[in-house]
Formats: sequence, C-alpha cells, structure tokens
Amino acid sequence: MDIKTPLFGKTLGELQQLCAEYGLPKFTAKQIADWLYVKDIQAIDEMTNLSKKARERLEENHTFGLIDPIDTKISTDGTRKYLFPTEHGKFIETAMIPFKDRKTVCVSSQVGCKMGCLFCMTGKQGFQGQLTAGEIVNQIRNIPERNEITNIVYMGMGEPFDNLDEVLKSVEILTAEWGFAMSPRRITVSSIGIVPGLIRFIQECEAHLAISLHTPFHEERQNLMPVQIAYPLEQVIAEIKKHDFSGQRRVSFEYIVFGGLNDTPRHVKELARMLAGIKCRINLIRFHPIPGTPLHGTDEATLQSFKDALNNKGILTTIRASRGVDIYAACGLLSTKALVKKT
Amino acid sequence: MNAQPTELHKVMLTRHDEISPGVFVIGFIRKHTFLPGQAIKLGIDRDHPPRIYSICSGNNDDELCVLFNIKEDGFLTPQLAGLGVGDTVYASAPYGTFLGTEAPAWWIATGTGIAPFRSMVRSDLVKDKKLVHGVRHINQFYFDREFTEALGERYHRCCSSESAEGIQPGRVTQFIRERKLPAEEKYYICGQATMAVETRDLLIAKSIPFENIVTEIYF
Repeated sequence: MDIKTPLFGKTLGELQQLCAEYGLPKFTAKQIADWLYVKDIQAIDEMTNLSKKARERLEENHTFGLIDPIDTKISTDGTRKYLFPTEHGKFIETAMIPFKDRKTVCVSSQVGCKMGCLFCMTGKQGFQGQLTAGEIVNQIRNIPERNEITNIVYMGMGEPFDNLDEVLKSVEILTAEWGFAMSPRRITVSSIGIVPGLIRFIQECEAHLAISLHTPFHEERQNLMPVQIAYPLEQVIAEIKKHDFSGQRRVSFEYIVFGGLNDTPRHVKELARMLAGIKCRINLIRFHPIPGTPLHGTDEATLQSFKDALNNKGILTTIRASRGVDIYAACGLLSTKALVKKT
Repeated sequence: MNAQPTELHKVMLTRHDEISPGVFVIGFIRKHTFLPGQAIKLGIDRDHPPRIYSICSGNNDDELCVLFNIKEDGFLTPQLAGLGVGDTVYASAPYGTFLGTEAPAWWIATGTGIAPFRSMVRSDLVKDKKLVHGVRHINQFYFDREFTEALGERYHRCCSSESAEGIQPGRVTQFIRERKLPAEEKYYICGQATMAVETRDLLIAKSIPFENIVTEIYF
C-alpha cells in the first residue's frame, strides 16, 4: 500500500475487518477503538497495550488520522470558528458555540455544497468534495473544548444527506459504547430534505432531525432552495409523518425569516396546516445578509409577532440567538471560497 | 402542472440513440401534453426511486424524449444506457415550472442542461431567445445544428477545454460576466449546481431582478 490511510474515523466493524486482514486477534479492534476515541493520544505508537508487531503493522499502512485546526477566530460573544484542512487540500469551517452551560459544536459534512440555496454562503463556493467520517468526527475530537462539548449539530458546511454514509458512520462513532458514547439525543442532523436520505436516516440513526423549511409554499421554496423541484416539501413532511417523533427523538424545522417574503399570516396559517399532527418545534433564524442575494432580514417586531402567531397556532416556536456573526460563524455564513481560489 | 406526479406508467422505448460518447436520447410515444421546459420522472422499475429528467422533445412531437449522460457511480443512467428500442421504462406525467414563454429571454445551460431549451426550440419558442451553452469538450454541443438553424447568431457556444472556430473560449460564467445584459428580460438557467449558482449570483450582481431569473439545478 503506497498511501497511508487514517485509522481515525473507522468504525469498530471496519477495525475488526482490518485486524482480520492483518492476522491480529479480534479483540485488538476494540483496543484500537479505545485508543482512537476514548483515550487522549495522537499516535499509533502510543497504543501501548497493542503488541509491537500489531503497532508496526498498523504504522506500515496507516496514520492515526487527527488533523489540527490551522486557524481560529474568536467572536465577541465567545463563539469560536475553527478552520481545518481536509485530505484533498481543501478547507472546512467548524463553529463552537458556548451558551450558558452548553457548548455546541456545529460541524461540516462536505467541502462546499451542491444545493445552491439562495441565502447560504456555503452554496456560493460550489461543491469541492465529501468529508470522511474521520474528518467529521475530527472537528469534535480535535478542538480545545473537546472535553466540554454538550451538543453537536450537523449544520455547518454541506448537506449531510448528500454524504449520508459518512455522516451515519460519524454518528455511530460519536454514539457507540466503543466510541465517544454520547447520547444520540445530544446530536442533531440538519437537512434540506433529500427524501431517500431522510428515509434512511430516520430508519438507521437515533439522532434528532432538523429540516430546513423556510417557507411552506412550493414556488417560494423553489426560488429559495432549488432542491424543492427534486424533493418537494410535501414529500418530506409525508415521510416525517410516517414516523413517531412524540418520544425523546425530536424533529425540528429551521426557518430563516426574510422580510416581506415568508413572515406573513398566510405563512403562519399554511405552516400550521402542514405541520399538524407532528410533534415538533420551529426554530426561527434571523437572516444574516450575504452578498449576491436579493433577500433581507425581517425586523424584530415582525419576528416576534411571527413567533407568537405560530405559538398561538400550537406550534412550539423559538427564535434562535444569532451567535458569532462578527466572525462569520453564524447560520448560513460559513464559507472557504476565498481559500478555494488560493489553492 | 406544478405538483409532482407520483404515479409511474410503463412505457416502451421507441428511441435509444447515443448522440455523443456516453450521452443518450431516449424516447417513447407521447401520451400527455406538456409545456416546453417541463420534466418527467423516469425509472427502470417501480422498486427504485425514479430520477427527474427535462424533456428535450417538442410539445408537438410524436415522441417524448429525454437527454442524459452516464453517471459513472449512478444507479439509473448506466442501466438506461444499456437498454434498447422495445425495452420498457417507467415514466411519470410531465410537470414542473421551468416554463418557456413567448417573452424575450436568455437561456443559459451547461452540458445536458441544454435539454429543456431544445424542447422550447422544437416547440417554436425561438423568437427573441438567446442561448448560451457551456461545455468542456466540443463534442458536447448537443443538437448544435438545430440550434444554429433556429437561432443563428443568437446561439452562443462556450467551451472550457478545447477551442474551435466560432466557439467562445472559457466557461459560461465568463461569457455572462463580460456581457451587458438587459434587466427586463427573463434568464433561464439549467445545469449543474455550481454553474447555476454562480450564474444566478452574477446576474443578481448585474442588477437583473431576481424575479426574472428562473433556475433549474440538476442534483
């Protein structure tokens, strides 16, 4: 093997397969997983309960696989944005958002994005590649706050359901007993609603689900989110209604509020009709203006009354606090386009 | 028709032409009326999810045709490529809101994103239309004879990797960037996401009102 591949990011099943290939005892896989995801080491040579032969075999073909952030930006509100290089010479951003007693990490699942949503900076850099499960989990494992993280949201760069295999693997690593052993109830995966991915995610993963909704009307949503033509919201909602979200697993809907576009009583009425029967929450998000869009945010009074109107219709609705705006870490602002051009 | 049809009908292929290496036009007898620019869902069976393809035939043609290229890692296109005339596929009724009109318009496409504009041309929506087609290789200017005949000098070809007489070097976005464009006309963009988003943003930056920009992105 000419190129060494990273161990970090492999599931227990993959490590067992690897150990079988190398003629190592089956229990070695669990030991490796323990070193990768539980203990705080950085190199294969530090896996001291593995035989020397096993370590040599691993080092012949693999790296440990951690990638350090190469830049950090710190917001006045304490939010931090980390810049990570990826395997293919590209870059991704990760936000760490402290709020009261929580520390939430917002991870990226792709370099760039194919979806082309009108309101999103990431979409403007196009799509540069998929992240591996290791590159996704590395965004959590390899930041200074790694031992204080309370929540993980897949709301950074990219569309998670467009890279579902690696996203599911990353959630497995984060939640498995042999991995980070986090509760899946502390993880939220956010999607614009790619239906085949949605169906698989609901069946194969226990993490919370968030759907980018933004307007309940077909043509408006198609203008905001071109994916609407391929996977209309009505199909997304129909799939969600097939599943019981009344237990601990939550579904929420993300709704960026644009002035004069999706903040009217007509929208409240249609949202109430569309979401009837789903135990859910709507998160209203302030729009952070970006270049090259005809959109603008709504005013605070309209935002509050929109929230109240939805709550009055029986839909639990909250307004998400904007965090990290000054370092472009807030919702919709992540982008490594400038770095793409330089490389 | 805006709502997506859910029902798929079994149809027999009456056309299966490889018009360029790895690029096919397949068709079957048209059973529905449609508006030029609309799409259909197409599947190989009822067990696997269908994909959406823009119609590339005219609304008076006897056959309803679509254009596709083989996606190496795709599920459907390699199988569609392996079919022949007489084989069956599953197709929905036409639908979609990417609709050509009589109004003056710019049509901007990359690769197989040319399909809805060929449908518009074959449906006689050619007056005051300008077409910009971007491709990587010269042999990807699908239907170029038809477009040349219908649009003449209003047919602009951009090629990013090869050069030839009468063809603009570079990408579609470069062509758009260098042109003064009328704000009151409609702009239809069809193709892969990166081009479509970049073109959309370029047009907005050139003060084209957003309501005049219609985008169809291939996923």
